[in-house]
Amino acid sequence: MAVANIEVSETPLVLYALRRADDALILGHRLSEWCGHAPAMEEDMALANMGLDLLGQARELYTYAAKVEGRGNDEDKFAYLRDVRQYRNLLLVEQPNGDFARTMVRQFFYAAFADLYWRAMMASSDPTFAAIAAKSEKECAYHLRHSSEWIVRLGDGTEESHRRVQNAIDDLWAYTGEMFAVDDGERGLIDAGIAIDPATLKSRWLKTVTGIVNEATLALPKSDWMQQGGRVGSHSEHLGHLLSELQSLQRTFPGATW
Amino acid sequence: MYTQALNSSDGDDRGVEDVARASQFQARIDADERIEPNDWMPAAYRKTLTRQISQHAHSEIVGMLPEGNWITRAPSLRRKAALLAKVQDECGHGLYLYAAAETLGTSREELVDAMLSGKAKYSSIFNYPTLTWADIGTIGWLVDGAAIMNQIPLCRCSYGPYARAMIRVCKEESFHQRQGFEIMVTLCRGTVEQKAMAQNALDRWWWPVLMMFGPPDQVSQHSDTSTKWKIKRFSNDELRQKFIDATVPQAEFLGLTIPDPGMKQNENGNWVHSPIDWDEFKQVLAGNGPCNRERLAARRKAHEEGAWVREAAMAYAEKRKSRQLAQAAE
Repeated sequence: MAVANIEVSETPLVLYALRRADDALILGHRLSEWCGHAPAMEEDMALANMGLDLLGQARELYTYAAKVEGRGNDEDKFAYLRDVRQYRNLLLVEQPNGDFARTMVRQFFYAAFADLYWRAMMASSDPTFAAIAAKSEKECAYHLRHSSEWIVRLGDGTEESHRRVQNAIDDLWAYTGEMFAVDDGERGLIDAGIAIDPATLKSRWLKTVTGIVNEATLALPKSDWMQQGGRVGSHSEHLGHLLSELQSLQRTFPGATW
Repeated sequence: MYTQALNSSDGDDRGVEDVARASQFQARIDADERIEPNDWMPAAYRKTLTRQISQHAHSEIVGMLPEGNWITRAPSLRRKAALLAKVQDECGHGLYLYAAAETLGTSREELVDAMLSGKAKYSSIFNYPTLTWADIGTIGWLVDGAAIMNQIPLCRCSYGPYARAMIRVCKEESFHQRQGFEIMVTLCRGTVEQKAMAQNALDRWWWPVLMMFGPPDQVSQHSDTSTKWKIKRFSNDELRQKFIDATVPQAEFLGLTIPDPGMKQNENGNWVHSPIDWDEFKQVLAGNGPCNRERLAARRKAHEEGAWVREAAMAYAEKRKSRQLAQAAE
């Protein structure tokens, strides 16, 4: 395991693209872990489909980050040759799959945001982001539909499913605040019309989430404490394990082409 | 991914209910007509096809496991997406094969239960482990290649729903096969270690892949009825020979050595393989392959751990139905 990490020049625009690429890759990877093990074959199909959408989004965003950075990095170098501290994804998406309820809650919280986010990003003054947004918005819209339907089924299903999905909501809630946070670098991009301000999406996100949670006879936690750190590389313990698996071949066989 | 032992059938037409209908049925088959779900068919034809199609479906679903083993470790994002899409295709094949089997009157739940209980078989090839990334290339190249050899003739199978399912399956399989071969090409043009990885994978998979075509013709039973019913169109040995003859030049192109030093080309140009170790085949079929227990355990685990999800979905559907009824009554 002697392959060095790449160095990344994290200008605001590169960092912005990498953060969204990392979200998509890590969540897509988590969904791909289900493949062959889902509660029903239809869900094997659906989870793989959403995983593929997210992988596709990640690849486009990494490729754009590489182009903007212009240092010879590419999608695979970003994915395979950065360590935990260099990853910039939300803490939410790296949380383990757990049971199906937990996977669906994670997906629901993220998709409810990503659906709004990508729709808003279609108006980005950066044509690449606008194009990626146009495709991603369609995908995230059905990810939201799919996960919303499951939240309702599980919440209003049996006692056991209700308990499981409520536990997942309680455990994952603290990871939702990070989606709306903005740092100085991103503020500049927002001012330039390249990025949108996620804070403007918060009330609509909360409305969607509350609506579904109510319909599912579930409740959102009272606590408003939010965990943060993913965007600057301070991750949970889970990400390192995910990366050691994801990166194993690239790290074991330096420089090989696959 | 594919079905194996296509030569098994449930006997002849001794159990046929109605001699006149049976001869009409056979006349339709002889005229190359398709048999459809609502048509009359001999009980043994129904039983043979239910077994064959459901075994094929089970193989697709169990077949997700050995390749799924590498989705999280695929060495590039392009390979990862392709592998995830491929394994998803296999799940799709399983789903529509179960649907084809259901047209013969047995529910998917019953068929799946038979697999989970160990009563129904699935292809023995999936009881071998995937140890390196080269195994993913080799499975695409050889296992899917063998599957295509088996399945192309099934596109003309006398039972309509199965034949139509096979047309779509074969299209996707040939894409998988090219993808697997492309992985092998990349490995063989890569570093010394990658080439060695490719050779090692071929060494481990070659003989089990030859066994995928089923026992040799001289000992295989029941193929007469399946042939008469146009479920099976070529013998095990014929298909195996076609596969070997197609594969030898591909291995040469890759610069890999087929692990059969005794293999020779005969005067007709066919490559004649050395004897196959049928004891190994019997052991794997009997449940003693390297991964039989793990594969079944993984399927059972997914099924059992998913039970509460399926129950919740059913409970919710019931609640919704009764609410709608109550609303309509108001």
